[in-house]
Formats: sequence, C-alpha cells, structure tokens
Amino acid sequence: MNKLSLFGLLGLVIRRDLLLAMRRRADVLTTLVFFVMVVSLFPLGVGPEPDMLRKMAAGVLWVAALLASMLSLPRMFSADYLDGTLEQMMLAPQSLTMMVLGKIIAHWMLSGLPLVLIAPVLGLQFDMSSQALWVLMFALLLGTPVLSMIGAIGAALTLGLRGGGVLVSLLVLPLCIPVLIFGAGAVEAVNSGMDAISNLSLLGAFLLFALVFTPFVAAQALKISME
Amino acid sequence: MQQAFKLEVVDLACERGDLRLFSGLSFELAAGELMQVQGENGSGKTTLLRTLCGFVQPVEGKVLWSGQDIAEWDDTYHEQMCYLGHLNAIKDELSAIENLQMSAGLAGFSVSEQDAIAVLRRMGLRRKEHLPVRVLSQGQRRRVALSRLLVGDSKLWILDEPLTALDVGAVALMQELIGEHLSNGGMVIFTTHQPLQVAGVQTRQLALS
Repeated sequence: MNKLSLFGLLGLVIRRDLLLAMRRRADVLTTLVFFVMVVSLFPLGVGPEPDMLRKMAAGVLWVAALLASMLSLPRMFSADYLDGTLEQMMLAPQSLTMMVLGKIIAHWMLSGLPLVLIAPVLGLQFDMSSQALWVLMFALLLGTPVLSMIGAIGAALTLGLRGGGVLVSLLVLPLCIPVLIFGAGAVEAVNSGMDAISNLSLLGAFLLFALVFTPFVAAQALKISME
Repeated sequence: MQQAFKLEVVDLACERGDLRLFSGLSFELAAGELMQVQGENGSGKTTLLRTLCGFVQPVEGKVLWSGQDIAEWDDTYHEQMCYLGHLNAIKDELSAIENLQMSAGLAGFSVSEQDAIAVLRRMGLRRKEHLPVRVLSQGQRRRVALSRLLVGDSKLWILDEPLTALDVGAVALMQELIGEHLSNGGMVIFTTHQPLQVAGVQTRQLALS
C-alpha cells in the first residue's frame, strides 16, 4: 500500500463525486433544466422585442445561473454527512482542505460547467451578438466557480440544520452579488462598445481569492458542524 | 518504527447539551488489550468514543496517545486509528469493491482490486463484490463497512456497536479478527450490547453510569 499525494487525493475526491453523480443523474440534470427553463421563460414573458431582450440578456442569464447554483448547494455535503462518509473524511490523515477543494471542483463540474456550455445557446434567444456571447461564456467560466466556492462555506455551515436550504441562500446570496454585478457588467460593457477586460479581471481576481481562502474556511466550517 | 503505543484517558469529563454525561473518567489501554464500554442508553458511550476520535472536545481532562494529547498530534494519530461509527460510511450507488477502494483512498492508501476482493471474501461477501451496495442487506452492508478495518494498518480500533445487524457467523468472524488484531499488538475499544468473547484475551470492562 502506498500513500497518496495531495493531488492524488484531489483527483480521487473529484473522481469519486463524479462517479456518484453519474450513477444518480437526476440530481445533475435538475440544475441544468432549471437554468434552461428560467432563461427561456423570459422572452416568452416580456415579449419578443429584440432591443429590450438584448439589453436584459446578461442580467437574466446571470441571475438564472446564480439561482441554479443555489439549487444544488445543499447537496454538496449533505449525502456524505448523512451516511457517515464525512466523519471518515475528517478522521483521515489527510488535508481536509484538499478534500473540500476536490468536492468544490466536482460540484462546479456538475452544476457550473454545464451552465457555461449551454449559456451561448440560450443567449441566442436574446439576440446577443457573437462577441457578447463569447464574453458571457468567459465571464461565466470565471464566475461560476466562485459561486460554488462561496456556496461551499454556506453549505458547510448549515449542515444538518432543518431548513438548511433556505438558510444557505440567505447566507450566500449577498456574498455572490459582486460576481453578479461584474459578470453582467462585462457583457453590458461589450454591448455598449467598451472593453470588458476590467470586469473580467475583477472576476478573475475573485476567483483566485476564493480559490485560496474558501476551501480552508469551508473545511473549518465542516469541523464546527460535526461537533 | 517499533514504539510502545498507549491510549490514556485522564480525568475526562464530557457534556452533551447541558447534560453532564460522565466526569473523572480515567483509564489506560495498552497494546494487545481489549476494552468494552458498557452503560445504559444515553450514558455517553458514543460520546466517549467520539471524544477519543477528536470530534468532540472534552469539557475537562484529556486524551493522550503515546503520551501526547491527541489535539496536539499531527496526522500521525489519525493514521494509527480507525473509527467505525453507527453510520456505515458506504455509498449505495457504488459496489463493495469501489466503496472499499474509495474509503481506503480517503484514508490515504490505495488498495488494488485483488486486495479489495480478498478482504471482502474474508468478510463473507463472495460473489457480492461487484454488486451495488444498494441491493445488499443491512448485515452485508455492515460487513462492507467492517472490511475497512482490514485494509490499512491502524493500531487502535474504535468500534461503536460493531455487531449491529450481524448474524452469528459474522459475530464469530469479528471475534476472530479482533483476536488477530490484538495478537499483532493492536488495541480495540468498543461498545456493544451483545456478548463478545475473544479467545485468550481478557476483556476489560468500563462502565459508564
């Protein structure tokens, strides 16, 4: 028997969560179907006026992405908590932070990445220009991991509480607002003929900052929840 | 590394909510010793075991492993112990082999498929290795969870009701496995409401009241 390296452990946790999700596909599809439905309902509801649709496209897509990612948050740790796997993770002579990072990455691959990939298709319904679509996709690529990471802290803190789902949203949504503002702002900037680089740089900065701090904080929150 | 392992509990007191469960609890457990924690429902057996794992912080007193407080140990303490709680920590969607490999992986080891199959057969799960755990019975799931003890080389086994849902044959197997573990210099602390006798070893009793 040989010991795993940190990245071996990270890979193992990601593989494990993806394998579990593949055997339980309904959970993964829920997020995506919700996103597609919310975004598709808007053009039907507000009427087919291209100017108005183009103007609100970025905001609608970002708000829908934010809500869709909230939908899957309570599931991030709860299954492992309920069957005792989380206990074993805490007892493991390994970095809990690294395991949490693995779970966050797996969660993003299952709930964030599909949104990034399908967003351009939905954007077409709003008559977005191709340049705006590219920026939207890139902004979502930078922003959705941040949503998963901040969400992980909320999910860890509310573990095992009744009505945890609502509480997660209350805790996490305010913290996600900057991502929403700069993400939608990037697309707005392109639409009004400016450069999106400043908004995208800020999103990138959020991502790096969250990557460094949130796994550690979420791991500490899990320890508190387990007592 | 041949080192004398010893678990010491000094003047331990634990609370759950505002309720004082026990206080002034002291004992030592040395290599090759078996200890059974006894007490009524709600007397703090599980809390004691969880305190030994480090999940629960004691109100007073401390838990020492090889002379050092477990809160001050790095990962070494967790490498040398294995905890099996009320929850099996296995995934319904995965097969018994995958479950064993994953839990070994999380504990920091990789286990080959052959080794996993050998361990599961030893636990009486022949021809069930590739089935999803979902279709197994409660007792068989417990066997999958217990097979985790046999991979890895932990010294201290902390078992909370290990015999739940096990049939007579599996209980005999557990006695045999615990006996082997003790003769290899391991130590076991467990709770159970069923009688568990290991040949050639005096079971020490610890009563919580």
